Amino acid sequence: MIITFPHMGNTYIAVKALLDDIGAEYVIPPLSSKRSLEIGTKYAPEMACLPLKINLGNFVEAYEKGANTILTAGGRGPCRFGYYCEMSREILQDNGYDMDVIVLEAPDGDIMKFVGKIKKLAGSLNIYRILKVIKNTTLVAKRVDELERLAFKIRPREIRRGSTDRIYESFRKKVVDVKGSQEILKLVEDTKNQLLKLEIDKDFKPMRIGIVGEIYTTIDSYSSFNIDSILGNMGVEVYRENTISGWIIEHMLKAVVPFAKDKRYAEAAKPYLGTMIGGHAQETIGNTILYAQSGFDGIIQIYPLTCMPEIVAESILPAVERDYNIPILTLIIDEMTGEAGYMTRIEAFVDLLNKRRERVEVVENLALFGD
Amino acid sequence: MDVKVGIPRALFYYQYYPLWKTFFEELNTEVVLSDYTTSKTLDEGTKSCVAEACLPVKIFYGHVMNIKDRVDYLFIPRFTSISKKEYVCPKFGGLPDMIRNTIKDLPPLIDTEINLRKSGKNAMKAIMEIGGFLTKDQRKIKNAYKKALESYREFDEKIKQGVLPSDILDRKLNVIRKSSEPELNIAVIGHGYNLYDNYINMDMIDKLRKKGTKIITIDMVEEEVIRKNVSVLPKRIFWNFGSRAIGGSMHFLEREDIDGIIYLMSFGCGVDSFICDLIERRIRRTKDIPFIILTLDEHSGQAGMDTRLDAFIDMIRWRYRNDNNISAHG
Repeated sequence: MIITFPHMGNTYIAVKALLDDIGAEYVIPPLSSKRSLEIGTKYAPEMACLPLKINLGNFVEAYEKGANTILTAGGRGPCRFGYYCEMSREILQDNGYDMDVIVLEAPDGDIMKFVGKIKKLAGSLNIYRILKVIKNTTLVAKRVDELERLAFKIRPREIRRGSTDRIYESFRKKVVDVKGSQEILKLVEDTKNQLLKLEIDKDFKPMRIGIVGEIYTTIDSYSSFNIDSILGNMGVEVYRENTISGWIIEHMLKAVVPFAKDKRYAEAAKPYLGTMIGGHAQETIGNTILYAQSGFDGIIQIYPLTCMPEIVAESILPAVERDYNIPILTLIIDEMTGEAGYMTRIEAFVDLLNKRRERVEVVENLALFGD
Repeated sequence: MDVKVGIPRALFYYQYYPLWKTFFEELNTEVVLSDYTTSKTLDEGTKSCVAEACLPVKIFYGHVMNIKDRVDYLFIPRFTSISKKEYVCPKFGGLPDMIRNTIKDLPPLIDTEINLRKSGKNAMKAIMEIGGFLTKDQRKIKNAYKKALESYREFDEKIKQGVLPSDILDRKLNVIRKSSEPELNIAVIGHGYNLYDNYINMDMIDKLRKKGTKIITIDMVEEEVIRKNVSVLPKRIFWNFGSRAIGGSMHFLEREDIDGIIYLMSFGCGVDSFICDLIERRIRRTKDIPFIILTLDEHSGQAGMDTRLDAFIDMIRWRYRNDNNISAHG
């Protein structure tokens, strides 16, 4: 059994830690590329959402490198992601890729089934070791998220442009070669220290933009055209609540282990979207409001074309935009998205926010004079 | 004067209207329906709705625009789930919020959540809440619901016997001239709001009938048959429409009297994108039966639709004709 798994931003780092620790054999698919997407687009239904297409590309490219088993997450709907595992199974089967699919999920909160699935991977490990592995995997995910957040902070403030990107990219390359959660944690720690050593402009007050939307396209740098780094290098500090650790806890562990989750976004979203409707629609609305309340300059919503929950969110966002007086840009991604058009829109949006800021400053100065 | 409750003639109207109508009328209210879908409905809907939404949702917006100034209440329930362990499309769950935050000057919305995912008993709770908008008399609400269920059962029985919901709702008499050719049984799979709205599907149902076909939809398949068929899937489908569509089409594949299958989907429909693909794969694997996918969006050309339907029916007829001939190639 040679396992593979989707990339989805930095999720592969956590999954790698998991598989290293339980001693399973695996292949990491080549980093998502144009080729992965082309393969996925060829096999997936035309109107399927982008993450399914990229995942399929990852699986086929891993198959070419010898993988025969897919490890992925499940779900209970109503977002389409919950049926990804079955779609992948059917599509790969019809196209002659003989691959088994293991779905890490806890149907109806059944902890034993979840542990059973990990056991299937782990072979001889006993339950205490398995629980320890789960704990370490979650820790890796959390640390990687913290590292990412640190990069968000340093990037706009760095003196020499591109130094954060260089360190962060080299981390993503190196992490593939280290083995086990302990070594990965050490590498994360080293990278963090490197970032902290960078020379930064401490007095610079960067513009703040919150990124909201569907999880895959917001956390996966390939599908978002690396928007974190684009904005950071424009001198913008990026904030994003969607993270892999959050996602792993929400999707795999929440049903199994009780986790207290930060539900502030749900409170905030209530006047606009009363209930959870699947996907991240409520997070999108709620976090937009929270960001607006803490004085952010703007919000960018990203989602893949035809994403059902985010269409609901997009319909509601104009009301939030009006009520909280905060500019919101919506970017929709599919396999036809052109980088130039995408970049132009981001640049224009940042320009607009800059002008807005200047205007506010001018008004404030006038007020001072008038005193 | 009676209180007027407005119901947009779109989405779940095609599935539940008899239930709603009886319920509200039993509570001494006047039920006002929006007009039939026209190009104006679509225009107004497209203008007020986000571009990415699917055609049926845009049409729904159009119907709300059409009716909102004529009623005291607008009935847009929040449909989260209509069956155990299953959801409906997330857009239905957010529909009242989408409407409220995009359309101005609305009458009060009756936006009670209907969520039967955990238990069917929640229906009663929802009913009491909806009734609560109109009267304080709980017994009256319960009685109204009882009567409403009766009309719904009557409606459902007729459908199971093979009558299309649109025939009942629009009170159409079946006066379409039968063509001289033998009658074909065509199964049409799709969301009710696409199948039974003549404007959205460009008169597909009438056109098919004129060509001498009998139309069979998944709504006519008994619940037990559907449940039995979908239970063979490795993972249960968590959309109500999805499991009905797959269970229904697996049933059509078992039947010997179905001559062809049409899947009618709307562009950008998330549920259709997966369900249609799963159904197509099952059909191609198991049976040599004519199958076509027709996609609807706001740009659909009538001529293109007609050509495809013509070609599909002609092809089926040719197949039968050629089957009776001995091949010239030995």
